[in-house]
Amino acid sequence: MDLSAINPILLLASLMVAATPILLAAVGELVVERAGVLNLGVEGMMIVGAISGFIVAVNTGSPWLGFIAAAVGGALLSLLFGILTQYFLSNQVASGLALTLFGLGLSALMGQNYQGIKAPAFPDWHIPVLGDIPVIGPIVFQHDPMVYVGLLIVLGVWAFLKYSRAGLVLRAVGENHDAAHALGYHVIRVRLLAIMFGGACAGLGGAYLSLVRVPQWTEGMTAGAGWIALAIVVFASWKPGRLLLGAYLFGGVTVLQLNLQAAGLAIPVEYLSMSPYIATIVVLVIMSSGRAPGSLGRIFHAAR
Amino acid sequence: MSDVLLKLAGLTKAYPGVVANRDVSFQIGRGEIHALLGENGAGKSTLVKTIYGLVKPDSGTMDMNGAGFAPAEPKAARAAGVAMVFQHFSLFDALSVAENIALGMENPPKMQALAARVRAVSDQYGLPLDPDRTVGDLSAGERQRVEIIRCLLQDPKLLIMDEPTSVLTPQEVTILFETLRKLRSEGTSILYISHKLEEIRSLCDTATILRLGEVVGACDPRETSARDMAEMMVGQVLHVPERAAKAEGAVVLEMAGLSAPAPHQFGTALRDISIKVRAGQVLGIGGVAGNGQDELVAALSGEMKVKPGMVSLRGKDVGLLPVNTRRAMGLLAAPEERMGHAAAPDMTLSENALMTAATRKGLEQRGFIRWDRVRGFAAEVISAFDVRTPGAENTARSLSGGNLQKFVIGREILQAPDVFVVNQPTWGVDASAAAAIRQALLDLVAKGAAVICISQDLDELMEISDRFCALNEGRLSEPRPAQGLSVEEIGLMLGGAHDMEVAHVDG
Repeated sequence: MDLSAINPILLLASLMVAATPILLAAVGELVVERAGVLNLGVEGMMIVGAISGFIVAVNTGSPWLGFIAAAVGGALLSLLFGILTQYFLSNQVASGLALTLFGLGLSALMGQNYQGIKAPAFPDWHIPVLGDIPVIGPIVFQHDPMVYVGLLIVLGVWAFLKYSRAGLVLRAVGENHDAAHALGYHVIRVRLLAIMFGGACAGLGGAYLSLVRVPQWTEGMTAGAGWIALAIVVFASWKPGRLLLGAYLFGGVTVLQLNLQAAGLAIPVEYLSMSPYIATIVVLVIMSSGRAPGSLGRIFHAAR
Repeated sequence: MSDVLLKLAGLTKAYPGVVANRDVSFQIGRGEIHALLGENGAGKSTLVKTIYGLVKPDSGTMDMNGAGFAPAEPKAARAAGVAMVFQHFSLFDALSVAENIALGMENPPKMQALAARVRAVSDQYGLPLDPDRTVGDLSAGERQRVEIIRCLLQDPKLLIMDEPTSVLTPQEVTILFETLRKLRSEGTSILYISHKLEEIRSLCDTATILRLGEVVGACDPRETSARDMAEMMVGQVLHVPERAAKAEGAVVLEMAGLSAPAPHQFGTALRDISIKVRAGQVLGIGGVAGNGQDELVAALSGEMKVKPGMVSLRGKDVGLLPVNTRRAMGLLAAPEERMGHAAAPDMTLSENALMTAATRKGLEQRGFIRWDRVRGFAAEVISAFDVRTPGAENTARSLSGGNLQKFVIGREILQAPDVFVVNQPTWGVDASAAAAIRQALLDLVAKGAAVICISQDLDELMEISDRFCALNEGRLSEPRPAQGLSVEEIGLMLGGAHDMEVAHVDG
């Protein structure tokens, strides 16, 4: 084993990249759950986002258009879930699971002619001045723009939930939908918007995999990232700050174990592969203290 | 400007299978406290929801200040000056007081400015409240203050209060009434809904009485006796529960230093409760909701395990025994929340009967259900307790609150318990059903059982208890004979008005 082959700066730099898809998907799901809806279809929305973004990016040559298409694709798929659960009052757990299975199948169909193609390049951003700082520059300030978009979304969600009126209404709807309805707020409208935001974020997360991380299309390429995003939301106690921590922790251990594999550490590869999941869950369980939104997963029906 | 603030004319609202309001007409004067009386299901809720814009009437009109008033949603009603304090508080546990208040306002100011205004208004009306606290940690009286202040900040012309005093201590009721009288003197009209007729007599200027969706009369509550009003509501003569004199029996249930941590974040810890409960007696336990009632019932029923030696039934330690074993030994309980705790809403009455009576009534044999016996037992409960339902195969959800309550209480009583623990036996139940339930409890005691009745309705406790004690922050006061206790003494036992938020250190 040769640990000297691991470059700590590169390791830390790739941590942010590895965490981004999960961070994007998880922050969207956080908003959905704070509105009181449990959408287990994150995996399905991610992979549909991945292929939608890939198709558009390959055909237009623009990764940016690809990301927009991914967000739209994820949001459209989530709208299906939204209509089923909010208007037809179907069970959220079953609908979410169905959404994941449907998304996996749909993406495989859409991507039939896109196997083995390389995505258009999405160059890293070398941020002037900041990017030139030794050590910190390469770790934090020399990534592709989507890394920063993800961070901005997390920051925006945090501020939205904490400071804005609309964020307060969203939390109220998630906490007690009957009371929110009695006060005259539109529970279903708020939830549909939250679900679509969650879908768009999951789509972006998926497209980050197919356009930046890999970057090409393979069937089932999300490989459980949506599920880990769901878990991170719960263990982060529905708080954006902890969500960031959880996602970076997961990304960090992922990168580390890949490096250890490459360095030829003498333990079975399977242990290394499962380590990010175990580490993230253990840390977040130790930290978790929060309480789920009061109406999470419950069906809302105005007349009752 | 006339003296009439809101005029209702011919309001009718029908739901599938039931007419909630039929041709309801009356008017509310400016600066008047107007009582709306009626049993459960008389259509009071539908009517106030119509005024608040939550329900659209099928026909009929409303006039506010002489102009047409047809709010399409609560926003419009609030803009027109209507504010409402809900019976089941429309509050959000995880949010702060200020956030809860902001949610009930159209254009709330910034959080800090709002907190300042909350403090100002709460001083002005003598309703102390800290805007930064989390609502889930507040007592019922404080939670109600949040709702009231939320309304007051909008300068309402009409304040609707749905059963506001059911969860308050007598002192808190006094404070509330002073606030309401002050509002009246400032020209605010109040539509006041309550079951408590004595309160209405002391507070209200006029009263409108609803029965089965129709206005059946109006009266001046200051000059009408409570009994007359009750009979107008029910449409029949009321029975007052009778109690027989009896000798003091042996100790059947003993709690010795019963302590238990709070089972969840917004729960209450039980602290060193010691009391002996004798056969043939009703022990009344008063207290404001959230002071450990649910936890005490859980510790007695077996839902919450406690340490050995803390609870014993006829000298035998039961603190670690599961619920069904305790049932078999004769210790039965009926929790407060009938929908979802005492009964499974979507299961039939037969199935619900089976769930607690399986052991004592022999409703199962070697793991198989004996459906003929189950149906027989359910039918027995239905007929013995006058539960109004088409049959035992209807779901629990389909029953009105009072009927379901009669069913869940009757289901336990017909199992002939030795000790029966009941929490809020007549919560949200109309006057005639409440009287029937109290009579059933007294009849049970007359047969030699012991009853522990936990309630927030002090009139009820005074009516049926032999001994009375108060539960306050998980501690139980010394029991005192119920006869001769005054309302003031009880109020002090209940821990006063929960007014002063003085930091007191537990000794």
